[in-house]
Amino acid sequence: MNSTSFPTPEDSSNQGLINRLKRQPSSPRTLFDTVMSVIVFVCAAIAIVPLVAVLWYVLEKGGSRLSLELFTQLPPPPNIIGGGFGNAFIGTLMTVGIGSAIAIPCGILAAIFLSEFAAGTRLANWIGFLTNVLSGVPSIVVGVFAYSVVVIAMGSFSAIAGGFALAVLMLPIIVRTATESLALVPQEARQAAVGLGATRFQTVARVVLPAALPPILTGVMLAVARASGETAPLIFTALFNNFWPKGVSEPIATLSVLVFNFATTPYKNQQELAAAGSLILVMMVTIASIGSRLIVKRK
Amino acid sequence: MVVSPNQKNEPMQRDRSPLARNLDTAFVWLTGGFASLIALLLITIAIRVGIDASPAMAKFGLGFLVESRWDPVKEIYSAFPQIYGTIVSSFLALLLAVPVGIGVAIFLSEDFIPEKIQRPVVFLVELLAAIPSVVYGLWGIFVLIPILRDMGKGVNQSLGWLPFFSTSPSGPGMYVAGIILAIMILPIITAISRDALVAVPIELRQASYGLGATRWETILKIILPAAFSGVVGGIMLALGRAMGETMAVTMVIGNANKANISIFDQGSTVSSLLANQFAEASGLQVSSLMYAAIVLFALTLVVNILAQVIVQRVNRI
Repeated sequence: MNSTSFPTPEDSSNQGLINRLKRQPSSPRTLFDTVMSVIVFVCAAIAIVPLVAVLWYVLEKGGSRLSLELFTQLPPPPNIIGGGFGNAFIGTLMTVGIGSAIAIPCGILAAIFLSEFAAGTRLANWIGFLTNVLSGVPSIVVGVFAYSVVVIAMGSFSAIAGGFALAVLMLPIIVRTATESLALVPQEARQAAVGLGATRFQTVARVVLPAALPPILTGVMLAVARASGETAPLIFTALFNNFWPKGVSEPIATLSVLVFNFATTPYKNQQELAAAGSLILVMMVTIASIGSRLIVKRK
Repeated sequence: MVVSPNQKNEPMQRDRSPLARNLDTAFVWLTGGFASLIALLLITIAIRVGIDASPAMAKFGLGFLVESRWDPVKEIYSAFPQIYGTIVSSFLALLLAVPVGIGVAIFLSEDFIPEKIQRPVVFLVELLAAIPSVVYGLWGIFVLIPILRDMGKGVNQSLGWLPFFSTSPSGPGMYVAGIILAIMILPIITAISRDALVAVPIELRQASYGLGATRWETILKIILPAAFSGVVGGIMLALGRAMGETMAVTMVIGNANKANISIFDQGSTVSSLLANQFAEASGLQVSSLMYAAIVLFALTLVVNILAQVIVQRVNRI
């Protein structure tokens, strides 16, 4: 800016010019830069600390109780040592299974409509918007809805009610990821299929859907991972049960609700079981996250 | 060479059977039906919960939102402390998570670290978002509360003259809820802000560097303003998530039916009220809980719609 401060080539060497143009570490602008860079490094460290702390705690406390017994025995009454949470593990598989059975077909069919038959229309935009808003509805409100629709109608808490609540939570995730996956399939594939005389159903079922399957699976795995850790919508739909599940129309134990119930008791054995349950939940989520990444990478 | 029209291949003109045509149309309608079902789901949730809440709405009116009595014996219900707790705990979380989250987003979008290290860090931040809320709650009870209680006591002794720190922390409380929510919404803010920062055209960056701006002058004066609406959209989504978050908050907030200005005091949120009472409630209490759920639904709906509109506008650019 201040051209008078620049030395002329006659009165100084090239080296002097370069030195003058170099940024001084102590100049206010450079100093500010360094300070801000340090701050964002600290921010990144702050963000990672809780993750490491949570994982460490769950591994340490839950890992010590990890054994086959956890999956074969029932939760013990307070003050009795040992036991496991086999019923809750099966209950989680059952409720998530019911949720998936509802949400995966519904979600993929809806995504086919949004991406194949209505792409770019105002209707598709509106449905896409409402799907995004639906994914922001608090899970506890979805639980209240499932209570109102299923529990009251059936007259009791049940695995079906829990599965229904989980399905509502999984739907927006599956619809969004599946719509995006289908949109990635090149338009030429559709044109080729139609050119060969395929109907719309044949085009979708034989050409588009198989091509988009890996990323759709990723979305499904993410939805399943989220559902298996959900607690809020289950505490008053699936409720809890201290015994082995007998059917889908009875209250049923789930791992996440077990963690919630046992974490807040004063008994050491139950607290340990809660930590072990957390470890299983975290492992399920981590495996699903890594697995979904591998699927996409291979593609 | 010209092909004469009568050389056309005869079998190609065969029509599809009416059954096949109808089946195909039915398939399109079927997918359309499921898509509409999802759109209707949101409206159905509002209507169903609204109908079940109507007895309480009729009885308590808008007083439900401003009074502080929750008395199952006399059947008088109002939820001001819970609404207050929902708003205060989520704003506390934003206060902590926004600066850190944007910092991490900048850290992960500018070339501070090589791509090879950047990817695992992005994955770790995503994993942070995937850990179930109930696991954070467990960790909160046994690790976070003991640490924060001691720190909180120090703050109370030195800054107790400020109304926000005026009570001595007894363990669980609003401050723990705020901090645990901050941890949980951090990945949302980071992920969406990072997307917005990465989407800023490289030319802007190059032009800024070319004019002699330092890295941070470029970030603060060029890139952040250009990505501003995306960052705001991410913050709004995070706010919606924080207001609806249930398990971790229920486990660390203390679940006391009071609204105190001091963040060290115990409190409750709408979602923790629902989590604690719904399974055992009956009659008017269920209806009142439904009323509270509608209030929470409305709060998050407004925040989420705003967030979606902002994020969609950014995506269109």
